[in-house]
Amino acid sequence: MAGIEKVDLTKVKPYGDTLNDGMVQMSFTLPIPYGDEANEAAKQLVSKMGFDNPAVVYSNDLGIGYTFFVMYGKCTHTVDYTTIEVPKVDMEFMSQEEVEDYIQENIKRDVVVIGACTGTDAHTVGIDAIMNMKGYAHHFGLERYKGMVALNMGSQVPNEEIVAKAIEMKADAILVSQIVTQKDVHIPNLTQLVEMLEAEGLREKVVLICGGPRLSHELAQELGYDAGFGTGSFANHVATFIVNQIVERKLI
Amino acid sequence: MQSKLNLDHKLIDSARTAARNIAENVQEFVDKNTTVTVERTVARLLGVDGVDEIEKPLPNVLIDNIIEGGGLSRGAAFWIGNAIVQTGNTPQEIAEKVSTGEIDITKLPIADDKKIMDAVYSVAQQMVDRIKNNRTTRDNYLKTLGEGEKPYLYVIVATGNIYEDVIQAQAAAKQGADIIAVIRTTAQSLLDYVPYGPTTEGFGGTFATQENFRIMRKALDEVGEEVGRYIRLCNYCSGLCMPEIAAMGAIERLDVMLNDALYGILFRDINMQRTLVDQYFSRIINGFAGIIINTGEDNYLTTADAVEEAHTVLASQIINEQFALKAGLPEEQMGLGHAFEMEPNLENGFLFELAQAQMAREIFPTAPLKYMPPTKFMTGNIFRGHLQDAMFNLVSIWTHQGLQLLGMPTEAIHTPHLHDRMLSIENAKYIFNNAKNIGDEVEYKKDGIIQKRAQEVLSKAEELLRDIEQEGIFDTIEKGKFGGVKRSFTGGKGLDGVTEKDERYFNPFIELMLGGAK
Repeated sequence: MAGIEKVDLTKVKPYGDTLNDGMVQMSFTLPIPYGDEANEAAKQLVSKMGFDNPAVVYSNDLGIGYTFFVMYGKCTHTVDYTTIEVPKVDMEFMSQEEVEDYIQENIKRDVVVIGACTGTDAHTVGIDAIMNMKGYAHHFGLERYKGMVALNMGSQVPNEEIVAKAIEMKADAILVSQIVTQKDVHIPNLTQLVEMLEAEGLREKVVLICGGPRLSHELAQELGYDAGFGTGSFANHVATFIVNQIVERKLI
Repeated sequence: MQSKLNLDHKLIDSARTAARNIAENVQEFVDKNTTVTVERTVARLLGVDGVDEIEKPLPNVLIDNIIEGGGLSRGAAFWIGNAIVQTGNTPQEIAEKVSTGEIDITKLPIADDKKIMDAVYSVAQQMVDRIKNNRTTRDNYLKTLGEGEKPYLYVIVATGNIYEDVIQAQAAAKQGADIIAVIRTTAQSLLDYVPYGPTTEGFGGTFATQENFRIMRKALDEVGEEVGRYIRLCNYCSGLCMPEIAAMGAIERLDVMLNDALYGILFRDINMQRTLVDQYFSRIINGFAGIIINTGEDNYLTTADAVEEAHTVLASQIINEQFALKAGLPEEQMGLGHAFEMEPNLENGFLFELAQAQMAREIFPTAPLKYMPPTKFMTGNIFRGHLQDAMFNLVSIWTHQGLQLLGMPTEAIHTPHLHDRMLSIENAKYIFNNAKNIGDEVEYKKDGIIQKRAQEVLSKAEELLRDIEQEGIFDTIEKGKFGGVKRSFTGGKGLDGVTEKDERYFNPFIELMLGGAK
């Protein structure tokens, strides 16, 4: 009896129920009327995407001459996992208590953090999760941290105001949350803040962080931020990054 | 009705009494003041529309001219009425002449009060009749076409382009949606004017303009005829132009409007004096036009915890109810809001959600409650998200909610794609049909988890309302008791648009519309 085939990390493809079967499930809509021709069109399209044996397992009339498909196909491509490098916030995250101790031992003063949803963004769920006392999913927010002064300025804060507040409070760190990223509305807004901080001579003196479901660390760094935190980030992750940066960059 | 939750009616009465006193205190303030958007609304209702050569809306042009002349405290109706008497022009012609500098409205000779009143009331009555006719048209549609069963399936469209919205909305109606809400573009709530004309660019939504309302109304009437169901249209009557949006909605026969007394203060940082004055007139208009308002209590739960702060949702619903009654809005039009926002990993969280929804149903028996889907704990895992939405749908059919804002499996990823909406409608229809009479069959165990939870929330809400009654709503908000958000009496946006009325101030539409269509 043959043993189970081993994964070749230089040639990885999707797994359904057998190694290298390449199985992918997908769903999408085509702007064509429901029927046999629609199913055929979907199959041809999925073939062009690089799938073998495309199968329409379900299709449905969306009511305006459009059709929805659920499909499977076998992916013919592979990737080399061994050569992949992704920039990310690479550190051991401390817990809330560890951050608090770290501040007491290494910084010896209150760390001032201000945060906001800037520009036109009115969705505070992200910044609230990180900053508010209550936090999110049993991770308390920065307001609850001993040794931190945390101010959540809320939604639709103009970049001017957050810069002014940073100067007034001598902020160590600025957190910017951007939830609405449709049509890339967040990019000019995030860039403008960096430019304003540079103009004020503040950029090097603060830890500048952005966050949001569509913000990667890579994009954040490209835009001139120290870090970007996406979905699944908690207050202690952000706090660890801030206090480490303060010590590493000698911002004490 | 026998309470399934064994709620204490004395507590409910006491909570309502406290809320009534809170609303009465605020009403004293409201009656003394007016705002720029209230006066622009009067101008709109007198027929002023359009923009000048720099795209500034004529209602703004007109009211700004009154402000320059120091006349805002007397109200737009007075000045427009006087200008009608002096020039023989229509309000629209007057606004156009103000725009070109031909008329400086506060510098015209002043006619006698009787003549001014006669001129204004005759124009005002035409608009009031038009809005009344819209009600009749809606009632006729409901009689001839019929409507979906409650809970109405409520979906949003948000492409930014009104013509693309039309395609999405018509598809949703064909898939079974009963209410189409056109989400507004990000930050429209902070504009102190209403944009004009059809629009094709927006971020995360589409501008609310009167022309966009008209385009969507027409599209929904057409698809309604086709599917044999009246399709309701919803927009957002909040922000700095609350009453103007209400007026536009009344004129173009919208059916549902988001319209909360406190939401703008808490979540858009609009000044509390401004919002409380604005909400009053906007609700008078909504009430008269037969529009169902939706209140925004669900928003508290996006900032505060849904288990710990559940009583603030109930307290706010009771306050919103009393404010709405003050503005003559009947209970049948009060879509009081709440949401399915508890953390999904919470043990027995479903029972708490059920308790909350059942409690709202029993305390507001005739209100078409608006129930909002999970958003805060949606993760991008669309498969789990679809299940969370199913749990939400089950609570809704069980407790007879009125307006079901359908959750989307792709919540937290993007504004809905065409098939996201189809999947969500399918989800709701399946559950609403499959569990249709579950609420009539199942009772709750005496002193069990569900009953106790509802009783506890009610008792905390009653306590909070009695506190607010002592402190007044302004101080309560300053202390951050709603949604954990603190706002100051003189802070926030739009305060400079609030003015105290003088003794000759009048607004014909309050008199003609308050108390609904007779």
